[in-house]
Amino acid sequence: MSKRYRATRLAALGLLVASLSVVAAGCGGGDDEGSASTEIEGLGSSLEEIQEMARDEGQVNVVQWAGYAQLTDEFKTETGCTVNTKDGGSSDDMIELLQTGEYDGVSASGNASVRLMTTGDVAPIDAEFIPNYADVQEGIKNQEYNSLDGEPYGVPHGRGPNYLMFRTDEVPEDTDSWSVIWDESEPYNGKLSIYDDSIFIADAAVYLKATQPDLGIEDPYELDEEQFNAAVDLLKQQAPNVGEYWPGDVAKQIGSYTNGDSVVGTTWPYQYVQLTAADPPVPVKAIKPKEGTTGWSDTWMIYSQAANPNCMYLWMNHMISPEAQAAVAEGFGEAPVNLKACELTKNANHCDEYHADDEAWWDDVYYWTTPTADCGDDRGEVCKTQEDWEAAWTEIRG
Amino acid sequence: MPVIWIAGIYFGSLCVLLLSAFWDTNPFTAEVVHELTLDNFRTIFERNVYRDVAWRTIRMAALVTVADAVLAFPIAYYMARVASPRTRNILVVAVLMPLWANYLVKAYAWRTMLSDGGVINWALAPLGLHFDGYSTVGLWLVFTYLWLPFMILPIYAGLERIPNSLLEASADLGGRSLRTFTRVVLPLAFPAVVAGSIFTFSLTLGDYIAPGLITSEQFIGTVIYSIRGEALPVAAAYSLVPIVVMVVYLLVARRLRAFESL
Repeated sequence: MSKRYRATRLAALGLLVASLSVVAAGCGGGDDEGSASTEIEGLGSSLEEIQEMARDEGQVNVVQWAGYAQLTDEFKTETGCTVNTKDGGSSDDMIELLQTGEYDGVSASGNASVRLMTTGDVAPIDAEFIPNYADVQEGIKNQEYNSLDGEPYGVPHGRGPNYLMFRTDEVPEDTDSWSVIWDESEPYNGKLSIYDDSIFIADAAVYLKATQPDLGIEDPYELDEEQFNAAVDLLKQQAPNVGEYWPGDVAKQIGSYTNGDSVVGTTWPYQYVQLTAADPPVPVKAIKPKEGTTGWSDTWMIYSQAANPNCMYLWMNHMISPEAQAAVAEGFGEAPVNLKACELTKNANHCDEYHADDEAWWDDVYYWTTPTADCGDDRGEVCKTQEDWEAAWTEIRG
Repeated sequence: MPVIWIAGIYFGSLCVLLLSAFWDTNPFTAEVVHELTLDNFRTIFERNVYRDVAWRTIRMAALVTVADAVLAFPIAYYMARVASPRTRNILVVAVLMPLWANYLVKAYAWRTMLSDGGVINWALAPLGLHFDGYSTVGLWLVFTYLWLPFMILPIYAGLERIPNSLLEASADLGGRSLRTFTRVVLPLAFPAVVAGSIFTFSLTLGDYIAPGLITSEQFIGTVIYSIRGEALPVAAAYSLVPIVVMVVYLLVARRLRAFESL
């Protein structure tokens, strides 16, 4: 070994050690989170001040579900803030994106928001600076997925169900049960379109709740060993019949339904709206089956170290304005949380069709949430956690 | 200078990756907890799914490599030893051309072609055949296509380096063309094939986009991609599998003198 070679090797080793210690030091500092505070650095102390400071910021960067941000041009004219959006495909995706620190806020579903509030990645809001907050339906405020210790975190965005969607030229029009993707999927094997995320285990649980009452499933996110295994077994039986798992990639699913590679499966209202609005329209129908379904009630939350907190505050206010809510409701196909939007929708009956004010309809829509060990009832701490769900999902996919 | 870059940035990140394989996560928030544990490796070794996926991926990488070698050799041979200089230039450009197109575009194009209503099934329909494109076989086709240039070019270079005098010597000693090919050309070109196989094998081993687009089966890359958010340490531990496989592969390749023909 030549002298020079040895010297280079030594230098390389030294650098390696140096870089590792930098990393270790950087990691050590991040553990003191968790204290909630509405005080976000750089946020104005009055609405006027916020509006003024937002003009200097000039932009807001948000992580969203595809199709969520609406009326961004109007928002820019009004506030001077350019909206930059980044689509997340799943709640885990969104958490990861937000934690990069590049974004000011996120449209979080329940299975992201609870985790984000716990880690302190998002901050509670001061409703005083969000005038439209007063118009939000009371029944959606201060739920466990958008508040912690009585403090509201962010503003509700809207809610909707995960639909059963099928092509009407392949599947009977009067289909009203999830059984077409489970026990009676035979005619459509190889053409099922399934959401690729561990949270889909809850969809199996919803079906089992209705078809196997012996299991005693109450809440599809609070599954003990036996219930969980039953759901996982059902999913494993389904796996060979799945044509495509779509990982939150809406374009992929829209493409598959359009060319007929997928004929039945689970979807968000957004894809249904897009498919029926296409030219020529794709013959699809989306329903909430008789067993009920999973769904989401989403919340715009502000990152606790947002670089553009003033624009983000104005953005949260904007997204619950009647105009933006109407655009969201029709653009994505969901129920608005600000009922003043109902007078502004192009389809005058939109709010009725999406059951915005019909609480009974939402009784069997189970909003996404993070599974925890605590079953929330007298079974105690025996339920499967997010970690278990995740591990099981990898096995289901095989 | 380049040594410092490689040591600091490349090996530094690799070491961080290695290190995070020993960390724990909070079961609720999925945040990484900096406590040393071997659980992640236990997960990978004990759960069948990780072993199955690893084997599936390695098998795919091997099959793609074999297919590419079989396809590439005649093309490279023609380019290096048969074609006129003009044709050779045209062929070199033709082989390089697909590399100028974006990888994603090519993968999506294959997704469209392999669809039930795609051009492949359209062509097979008159024969009464149907090909399930979104399958392991479909993916094998896509990978074989995507990495073919990476196999052709090293073999072409290797064949071109063989001096004509050796072939003439073989002929003078009474070797017919087949014998010359198997006893002279093939042994001399073999290190180049191994060199090409490093690319086809490693690129297949690590890819996560084409598998996600074409099949619903999981591969090492897609598993790491899908669990990285909730179980970063497990993903890090799992990523050591392709690293170890590649280290072994490179050691074997070195023995076969592949690096000398790169």
